[in-house]
Amino acid sequence: MSKPSNSMNDKLIFEHSRQNRRAYSQAPFEEIDLGELPIRFRRKSSLKHLPATSEMQVVRHYTRLSQKNFSIDTEFYPLGSCTMKYNPRACNSLAMLPQMLARHPYAPEQFSQGFLSCMYELQQMLHSVTGMHGVSLTPMAGAQGEFAGVAMIQAYHRANNDTARTEIIVPDAAHGTNPATAIMCGYKVKEIRTNRNGDVDIEALKAAVGPQTAGIMLTNPSTLGVFEKKIKEIADIVHQVGGLLYYDGANLNAILGKVRPGDMGFDVIHLNLHKTFSTPHGGGGPGSGAVGVSKRLLPYMPVPTVIQEEGVYRLETDAQRPNSIGHLSAFAGNAGVLIRAYVYMRMLGREGMVRVSEFAALNANYLMTRLADAGFDLAFPERRASHEFIVTLKRQAKEHNATAMDFAKRLLDFGYHAPTTYFPLLIPECLLIEPTETEAKEDIDGFVEAMIAILKEAETDIDKLKGAPWTQANRRFDEVKAARQLDIKWVE
Amino acid sequence: MPFIPHTETDIQAMLATIGVADIDDLFDEIPENLRAGEMHDIPTMMSEMDISRLMMQRAHLDGLPLNFIGAGAYEHHIPAAVWQLTTRGEFYSAYTPYQAEASQGTLQLIYEFQTMMTDLTAMDASNASLYDGASATAEAVLMAIRVNRKSKSRHILLPKSLNPVYRKTIRAICEPQGIKLSEISFSQQTGKTDFSALAEYSKQDITALVIPQINFFGVIEEFDELTQWAEDNGSIAISVANPLLLSVMKPPGEWGRQGIDIAVGEGQPLGAPLSSGGPYYGYMCCKKKHIRQMPGRIVGRTTDADGKQGFVLTLQAREQHIRRSKATSNICTNQGLVVTASTIHMSLLGEEGLARVASQCYKNTHLLQEKLIACGLTPLQSGDCFHEFILPLDKPANEVIDAMAEEGISAGYNLSEDYPEFDSALLVCVTETKSESDLDWYVATLIRYLSQ
Amino acid sequence: MSNIPSELKYTSSHEWVRDNGNGTVTIGITDHAQAALGDIVFVELPEMGNEYEQGDECTVIESVKAASDVYCPIAGVVVEINENLEDEPEVINSDAYMEGWIFTLEMTESLDHLMNAEAYAAACADDAH
Repeated sequence: MSKPSNSMNDKLIFEHSRQNRRAYSQAPFEEIDLGELPIRFRRKSSLKHLPATSEMQVVRHYTRLSQKNFSIDTEFYPLGSCTMKYNPRACNSLAMLPQMLARHPYAPEQFSQGFLSCMYELQQMLHSVTGMHGVSLTPMAGAQGEFAGVAMIQAYHRANNDTARTEIIVPDAAHGTNPATAIMCGYKVKEIRTNRNGDVDIEALKAAVGPQTAGIMLTNPSTLGVFEKKIKEIADIVHQVGGLLYYDGANLNAILGKVRPGDMGFDVIHLNLHKTFSTPHGGGGPGSGAVGVSKRLLPYMPVPTVIQEEGVYRLETDAQRPNSIGHLSAFAGNAGVLIRAYVYMRMLGREGMVRVSEFAALNANYLMTRLADAGFDLAFPERRASHEFIVTLKRQAKEHNATAMDFAKRLLDFGYHAPTTYFPLLIPECLLIEPTETEAKEDIDGFVEAMIAILKEAETDIDKLKGAPWTQANRRFDEVKAARQLDIKWVE
Repeated sequence: MPFIPHTETDIQAMLATIGVADIDDLFDEIPENLRAGEMHDIPTMMSEMDISRLMMQRAHLDGLPLNFIGAGAYEHHIPAAVWQLTTRGEFYSAYTPYQAEASQGTLQLIYEFQTMMTDLTAMDASNASLYDGASATAEAVLMAIRVNRKSKSRHILLPKSLNPVYRKTIRAICEPQGIKLSEISFSQQTGKTDFSALAEYSKQDITALVIPQINFFGVIEEFDELTQWAEDNGSIAISVANPLLLSVMKPPGEWGRQGIDIAVGEGQPLGAPLSSGGPYYGYMCCKKKHIRQMPGRIVGRTTDADGKQGFVLTLQAREQHIRRSKATSNICTNQGLVVTASTIHMSLLGEEGLARVASQCYKNTHLLQEKLIACGLTPLQSGDCFHEFILPLDKPANEVIDAMAEEGISAGYNLSEDYPEFDSALLVCVTETKSESDLDWYVATLIRYLSQ
Repeated sequence: MSNIPSELKYTSSHEWVRDNGNGTVTIGITDHAQAALGDIVFVELPEMGNEYEQGDECTVIESVKAASDVYCPIAGVVVEINENLEDEPEVINSDAYMEGWIFTLEMTESLDHLMNAEAYAAACADDAH
């Protein structure tokens, strides 16, 4: 990093700890006896690994640590399938108004109308952009939204005494969570092929469906970054055998305002609000995976949704949705994240909503064209990019031993976060690139220049790539050592 | 347009490079009959000033009542530095640390978090967190099924004193896999799990027993005996413990003879605001021998090409992006941002700070009980409760809650809905945030209403 | 070209089988398989006494970037496991056929369905295309 560094900067918080030091303002001054608390319940072992530090030491330590991260606020971050768009600051500050932070999830309705009205309107807006009949905000992240979706499909079939349906169909290009989710719901997974153009192989699908089919899990645009043109045909094939369609809506950014999952024939969808609706990724969460359902799945939605009764907003009771798949978390989802999504959607408004997908597509197609012109191979050169696209470095790997990982690590030296590497698994040496709509043309151009420079290095000075990164806090890691000599907590 | 930087000149140049005339041409692969119409239901766009005014109005509607509700989410002081640091863009707007060299901030922080959680719980290993306490408990049940290979029954025991919505969450997440869940009743006198009810299952093939601490009624369970029961019965022992209270309470790793197998719980009391129920995080720790069955991300320390220390995600082969249908769970995320806050929170408070907070909660709770008793009320379990207790009432609890709300007080959680055996009762929580005059106001307001 | 000892039998899923001549067989993964997996960091061993049908998943081998199932090449009961792999899984990388053995089965069916070295070499060559 460019900032000067000394030995204090690389310490763990525990190494700043000294006996009897502490942040005095942060805890009660009074020393309290636990009185009647029986001795057998009390802790005897000391907490050796909670630091004893001053407030400033903590602030400086974590500020310095934060500076070792790449982030949207500091770098272009074209990480495919993750939608690393700008997270507006107002979404954060308004979700952190004192009343919003202080509201208890079980607060009486007198103290709830502000928050619940936001949630109710968020449900309505998501309903409108997806074309689904009902929305539940409770799933905590995409994977839980998926779980809710498949569990609702299961509940639907069970309610119809249709118990012979034991299989979920998943395209081989799907995200790993799809098969993992189907298994969590007790289904068998049947994988089907993707054809040369990145579409589902219709013949393979026809051969796979039958009375055992509970449903299919699809993403559109697919994880390959292309729009599934035959989506209606797919929907018909699955519906004809009595199966339902689940839409992995991680990629709504590509089609927001252009096409709605409900209109494509999907029965249930999940939306990653931390992608399309710009809630923070937070270094790996919290996510938020709202689900939308068609009419026939309304009775099974996870509880509680927000309802309006006689002008009062309430969380519905279990009794109001007796066939629900149930509660997926203790309260009603990642409320603070939902508030951020609400603020974002209100700021975009109907005018801004459709601009999201338009400029996401413009940026992706522009970047794709520029990289192709610069000599990079596209995985699907005949197709439009959706909001993202795939470059394959198979040729560079073969000719120069320059792999996708090498490009990824070298990009860090140029001040760009790497695109997604080695996903989807079907494409060898791939970079999945998603610029998002919030990047300016000159930033995209800068990324292209870096890619061209690295391509040149690959041809002339491969060691520059193989040894990269050179400019970060660390060089490449020994991951084998990390797994074999497991060191997952600090010991004095 | 909001958050889009393109000028008309940019747009024209970009379209020319792509070789299309219009942005709409980029969507020509979408069949015409699928095109969406106008989104009339979405309100028109708002400036930051306008949305700020709206949100402040909404916030004002909810106000800042004096809160005595716990029931799984607890109000504590959070140092100002916690969320100021957490919402720095470098933490707030970073992705999952897959590119380790560009994510050392997040990775080192998670390593520190894992260290702190294993210390609080006295367990061997911690993951980087799960969604929340309820879903983490469900994941612990699934993990117990994988760990306990000797057990063939897939039969789990859940005390009825475990948070009701945790039990519902476990049902929703585990039942699709054919896992059998049985509930163990509690003594209405003590609020503790009834050993005679548990004894019915002795010598049966029970895959795991869940042990809440403190339980939903705020009562301290006989966790040593419960753990020993699991040990004697060949069952995996799962603790669901409030991590703040572990600063003064015996940690799960020391329960029974050999300690708990899987320790989970709600991380919210360690730095997450109430925020209407989320985002919080579920912590999960386990014995070393179970680590490969633990879901979620784990960070390990290693060295780089120069021999310098650094941090990476490790044991990733367990996870869905590699293992797909055979993964330990479908989970991808941890609650990264909340874990960031929590790690900073624990650093600021340290051992002594956390213990002082927990002790103040204990003291305030018992002080409120004394004041209520002095007014002739009869809170249950005054001895073995920590910072929450059952308050039986002779008027319907929902009416008491309504009346107290008129005075700006959230009086407690209405226990009667989940536990009709208590007739009318409130679950009342007192944390360190309440002063003695707050307690006096609570008692006076309550007594005034009850005596009407 | 990877090492394929001629005295062993093979499966298309890259397990090798050594006939111990006493009704038991010893099983591991081939040199080709270990090379494809890369640095092995963990082996989840089967439990003693477990009974398997041919094709059952019986062991999981993890490298940093992959986890791969070992399918039981032949029906039988586990009578010995290589506990050394718990501490030194990397011996599969360095010596797949000797030190890197995984478990021994008392077999309950014949070895006739397995490939010989020549057939396995041809199968690996096909894979490469």
